[in-house]
Amino acid sequence: MSTDNDMPQQGGARDEVILEVRDVVVRFGKNTILDHLNLDVRRGEILGFVGASGAGKSVLLRTVLGLIPRVGGTIRMFGQDLATVSDADRVKIDMRQGVLFQHGALFSGLTVLENIQVPMREYLNLPKKLMDELALLKLELVGLPRNAAHKFPSELSGGMIKRAALARALSLDPDIVFLDEPTSGLDPIGAAEFDELVAQMRDTMGLTVYMVTHDLDSLLSVCDRIAVLGNKKILVEGTVEEMMASEEAWVKAYFRGKRARTIVQPGPPTEKMYGN
Amino acid sequence: MQLDIDEGRNGTATEAAFHLSEVDGVMTCELSGDWTTHTVGEVDREFRQLESREGFSALHLDLSGIRYIDTAGAWLIARMIQRQEKQGTKVEISRQSEAASILLSAVAETADNPDVPEDASRRFNPLGVFEAVGRGVFLLRSDIIYGLHILGATVGGAQMKLGGKQSINPNAIVSQIDRMGVKAIPIVVLMSAIVGAIIAQQGAFQLRYFGAEIFVVDMVGILVLRELGVLLTAIMIAGRSGSAITAEIGTMKMREEVDALTVIGLNPLGVLVFPRLVALVIALPCLTIIANFAALGGAILVSWTYSDITPAAFIERMRTAIDLTSIFAGLIKAPFMAMIIGIIASVEGMKVGGSAESLGERVTASVVKAIFIVIVLDGFFAIFYAQIDF
Ligand SMILES: Nc1ncnc2c1ncn2[C@@H]1O[C@H](COP(=O)(O)OP(=O)(O)O)[C@@H](O)[C@H]1O
Ligand SMILES: [Mg+2]
Repeated sequence: MSTDNDMPQQGGARDEVILEVRDVVVRFGKNTILDHLNLDVRRGEILGFVGASGAGKSVLLRTVLGLIPRVGGTIRMFGQDLATVSDADRVKIDMRQGVLFQHGALFSGLTVLENIQVPMREYLNLPKKLMDELALLKLELVGLPRNAAHKFPSELSGGMIKRAALARALSLDPDIVFLDEPTSGLDPIGAAEFDELVAQMRDTMGLTVYMVTHDLDSLLSVCDRIAVLGNKKILVEGTVEEMMASEEAWVKAYFRGKRARTIVQPGPPTEKMYGN
Repeated sequence: MQLDIDEGRNGTATEAAFHLSEVDGVMTCELSGDWTTHTVGEVDREFRQLESREGFSALHLDLSGIRYIDTAGAWLIARMIQRQEKQGTKVEISRQSEAASILLSAVAETADNPDVPEDASRRFNPLGVFEAVGRGVFLLRSDIIYGLHILGATVGGAQMKLGGKQSINPNAIVSQIDRMGVKAIPIVVLMSAIVGAIIAQQGAFQLRYFGAEIFVVDMVGILVLRELGVLLTAIMIAGRSGSAITAEIGTMKMREEVDALTVIGLNPLGVLVFPRLVALVIALPCLTIIANFAALGGAILVSWTYSDITPAAFIERMRTAIDLTSIFAGLIKAPFMAMIIGIIASVEGMKVGGSAESLGERVTASVVKAIFIVIVLDGFFAIFYAQIDF
């Protein structure tokens, strides 16, 4: 899991902050979901995002994407303030981000192949044949069988929908992808392949990944950094080791609970290992 | 830390390019620039031509000039390797970056078989016309059967799949009556009043030639009470509530809510269709009565202003022109029309498939079919009444 990249021309400088969230406040009516939340995502990293169900992970994601209005705070992507960005720049940003929604959000009236081609059609002027081939390539890259190409979303299983939605998110080879629980609904082997794929894209293309996940395996195996959402803000942020050392109750339960120990330390759990 | 979004990979992208040179039967192809999804469209055609080109024994791809590569660029290169090797050419790649080699190996598997599978269902079939007709006939048959199922379920009123518990939910019916009946009153009143007024005005103008303006009352009374009141209301309800029923049931079908009902042990027909159908059967006759009043009101007003027929004279005349049969001749049709609208809307709703498109199609079909059948039914009633002298 090497994060240093010896291809400086691919993807620009590391440590560049690609997404900057400052003091963001989001409310639904009187109900405050996010309260002065701060977060940085750096280029080429895989950020794992965890938090209890209903903590507001999806809300934050949708706020960053501009789908939910925020009461206060600023969000900068690629250095541009999303509140003041011009329409032309907004399109450029849109072209450089890919999103996998929690429920896939595939267009129900289009086949899988056509779904993958939607961003290509919208932004690029590619020959039809090449578009078909590239869509097929994306389809196979995310592990879907060829015969799924002409199926409609209603004919796919839950896991296949996730994969097809990822293929659409990767359609333009974006700089940053937002994944909302990408591996929930996948079998464990499929989930591991998925993680591998994400890591591979990070290594080859400097892809930045913002991944909301509950999958401890992917958190531990591919994520460079983990952020925990709780109490309407980021509770802790850091590497796996820092999570292990954290004394926050929820983080402790999550990373040092019984379930976690069996993944972190295969075989009989040894108490002294984590000193508790 | 200000980054310009034009910086980096895509904004200031240099074009993808390649340069060919042939020495002693060895073709060398030097690739340069950015080979990304955004740029490869320009070189795809020429590169494809090179793929099938023959006359050299070896192809040497020099990737050192590539500034940036992504899966699309890697795809073109992998496709080239695959096609040329199939022709027996020896292909060699050199000086690729590490990213390029990882990407090349990632896309190699797809490149081994680069042809997009054909969609069998979209292939042209000369017998397709017959197939479509056959399908249509069978579909019509199953629609009718399903409609009868709905009718049966309504008569039975069963809410449980096995008919265990016969309870019906009066709250659901009342709320449906509110939505489909009470909330439709303003539009029905407005529409009927205007139509009544128009008929009275036109009738009066024509009858004036014969000095028989007062007969406009007979005409309006019979036309509205026997035909127009109920027909217009039914058409309005088909558009207003029929579409809503189809959309509601269709959306539930799409999200597997109908399946959930079935699995829980409830009969979707009983839970979803029954209250709506009962509500329609109650609401449509009531709306028809209101529509009749409104249409006659409009006619009275117009007769008064255009023909100096006072409301008192209008009503006096109406008492001799129409009797109770006229009123019932119209009103009897209302429950049948309500039934037709409800059943067609439900059948179409249950036919919604997985896509948003099919929902739109079904809602359209529901409204069009309901209006058409309502008009046909009205015609049949007219023939029937004539035969029995009603
Ligand atoms: N459109 C909405 N209107 C009102 N409340 C919402 C809306 N969307 C989400 N919420 C609330 O915001 C909270 C966070 O939701 P969400 O971000 O989806 O949770 P999760 O962290 O599991 O993704 C929940 O309490 C949810 O009820
Ligand atoms: Mg969520």
